[in-house]
Amino acid sequence: MSNNQQIALDNDGNSIWKFLVSEMKPRGKWFTPFNIISVPIILLGLALIVIRFWKGLGEVSNVTQEVPWGLWKGFNVVTGVAFAGGAYVLTFMVYILNMRKYHSIIRVTVLNGFLAYAFYAGALVLDLGRPWHIFNPIIGNSFGASSVLFLVAWHFLLYMVAQLIEFSPTIAEWLGVRRAHKILSGMTMAAVIFGITLSMLHQSGLGALFLMAREKIHPLWYNEFIPVMFLVSSIFAGLSMVIFEGSISDRVFFDQISEKNKKAQNGIIRGLSKICAGTMFAYFFLQLLVFIHGQHWDLLNTGMGHWFLLEMLGFVLFPMILFFISYRNNNITMIKIAALLTMIGVIMNRLNVSIIGFRWDAAVRYVPSWMEVVVALAVIFTQIWIFRWVINRMPVLRDSPSWAIEHE
Amino acid sequence: MGIQRRGFLKLLGVTGLTLAIGENVSAIPKSETEVEFNGILYDGTRCKGCRSCEFDCAEAHNLPEPKPSKEIAAIRKTDDTCNTVINTFNTAKGKVFIKRQCMHCNEPACAAACLTKALYKTKTGPVTWDGNKCMGCRYCMVSCPFDSPKFEYHSANPKIQKCDQCFERLKTEESPACVYNCPNEALLYGKRRDLITEARRRIYEKPELYTDHIYGEHEAGGTGWLYLSPVPFDQLGLNTSIQQSSYPALTKGFLYAVPSVFVLVPTLLLGIHQATKNNHLNEEKEDE
Repeated sequence: MSNNQQIALDNDGNSIWKFLVSEMKPRGKWFTPFNIISVPIILLGLALIVIRFWKGLGEVSNVTQEVPWGLWKGFNVVTGVAFAGGAYVLTFMVYILNMRKYHSIIRVTVLNGFLAYAFYAGALVLDLGRPWHIFNPIIGNSFGASSVLFLVAWHFLLYMVAQLIEFSPTIAEWLGVRRAHKILSGMTMAAVIFGITLSMLHQSGLGALFLMAREKIHPLWYNEFIPVMFLVSSIFAGLSMVIFEGSISDRVFFDQISEKNKKAQNGIIRGLSKICAGTMFAYFFLQLLVFIHGQHWDLLNTGMGHWFLLEMLGFVLFPMILFFISYRNNNITMIKIAALLTMIGVIMNRLNVSIIGFRWDAAVRYVPSWMEVVVALAVIFTQIWIFRWVINRMPVLRDSPSWAIEHE
Repeated sequence: MGIQRRGFLKLLGVTGLTLAIGENVSAIPKSETEVEFNGILYDGTRCKGCRSCEFDCAEAHNLPEPKPSKEIAAIRKTDDTCNTVINTFNTAKGKVFIKRQCMHCNEPACAAACLTKALYKTKTGPVTWDGNKCMGCRYCMVSCPFDSPKFEYHSANPKIQKCDQCFERLKTEESPACVYNCPNEALLYGKRRDLITEARRRIYEKPELYTDHIYGEHEAGGTGWLYLSPVPFDQLGLNTSIQQSSYPALTKGFLYAVPSVFVLVPTLLLGIHQATKNNHLNEEKEDE
């Protein structure tokens, strides 16, 4: 009780509950283009989710006995987590390598990463046939420790906790709780180290999930290095997402960003483009080596082979060169285009492993139903809504209150 | 307080006895080393395609009765309403039948994939499914090289359906329903090792009748179901490109790397952090 009092007093003497209730109210205009598009899709998605739990997965989704993982797993989970990789890369750069230059975007990236995990784990629940047993691998007595998915499940959970700790000083600043802020800030370093380790393991783990599907995945995408490929590509996938998200936030939340940070923005984007180009070179080289060792030259001149070449040349090699040239020429617009192309390439790659190349030879191909697409979009839109809600209230893009800066 | 002579001798005797016998008894526990899986041998030269196994299987597992032979296609797959099917192939040696169901691998990919141990390789051989553990993630279906686990997509409380080698029935009966009821002795239930010997004997005695291959002896690292056939197995819709070693071994390298990563990476990160602590001082100076 006394603790509560303390928190309440910290917040300018106002009751914390009144403050929370007032913060729940929506702010800003209602009829924005984004709202007009997203609200109907979210509502429709909710209705479809009700049907899905009421009548079974097959009523909404087109997944089959041969292709049991569809859009929700392949896109929302496998692809989404790659894009959330920006958080661990940036925390590595800022907290481990002490590259202070990138400090101004660390909060928004961690927030983005945390929400991505929260919502993509959510998408996972939608896809589970028996979700009431979801805690079996965590608190049950049924530890399937030989399973890669067991590892990934645990790491998702632990990484979400780590990211919440990394982000918690921002929440403390929002609520105005000074003492908690001090304690939580002190935990950041441990959370960062733990979080990077977990990320490396589950980013590669998502790839390792497909190792046992050896004959099911097209040989151009299946190889024993899938885990390494997924890990390396999550670096530039995450950073491209940071560039992309940053270029949108700069416009939408223009008024929140301080003049100093606005000036620093271009330097940050340039720095990130250099890192993207470097990791993409490593990734492309790795793919090339694996391809040569796989000796699948004959497969190149097939439909899937052309698709593979398009992914590797058009959406890895080309954006890599673009990143590099634009870095040299200091062309921010071209860097943003390269980031967009890279993101398309990563989406292609993840879908090729998990959906398009999976059972590529099956008589009946899996094509997602419109309902799956709506739910997948609803998940993303809801995430953006929460993201916007947090940005508008907490000091994510804004500067921290003066009392908080003293701590650092 | 010295040791009495009699006590000493007693102690010596007990110690000696333990050393002599105890080593043999305790160091190699029999139950662990002598695991023998049970399996079923299917002989394609004996099967007449009567499909009585399909009907008995459905009855034993409370599944809907299969459709009569006139109404079905020659080649089908098992699904969430039937655990086994008999497929008919026209080959150089005339009509050949083949029974399909879960193969009950020695090292099942599905059980290695399962994060709740709902799919489980029992000591006696059958791979079973436990509805109290399964969370319905369908990773078993992604991993199984034979596509054996089937999912009830149109149920709010979906189950995984597949052959369980009549695990429950075997507590009271001697053999699985399909084996027990086969009128042509096309199915044989027994220790996997004995079945392989028997299969070899059949091939050896009548080499003109069989193709010289026991499907399941090495496929996927060995399976509980073993197949004999008059024609090569790729003509019967069986996947012959399947690897001849265990599927769970494919993820071993990754899983074994996890503990080392967990120890080494944090150490490395702390080291780098310490080493670069003052880097930002330089960075600010030469910032582009």
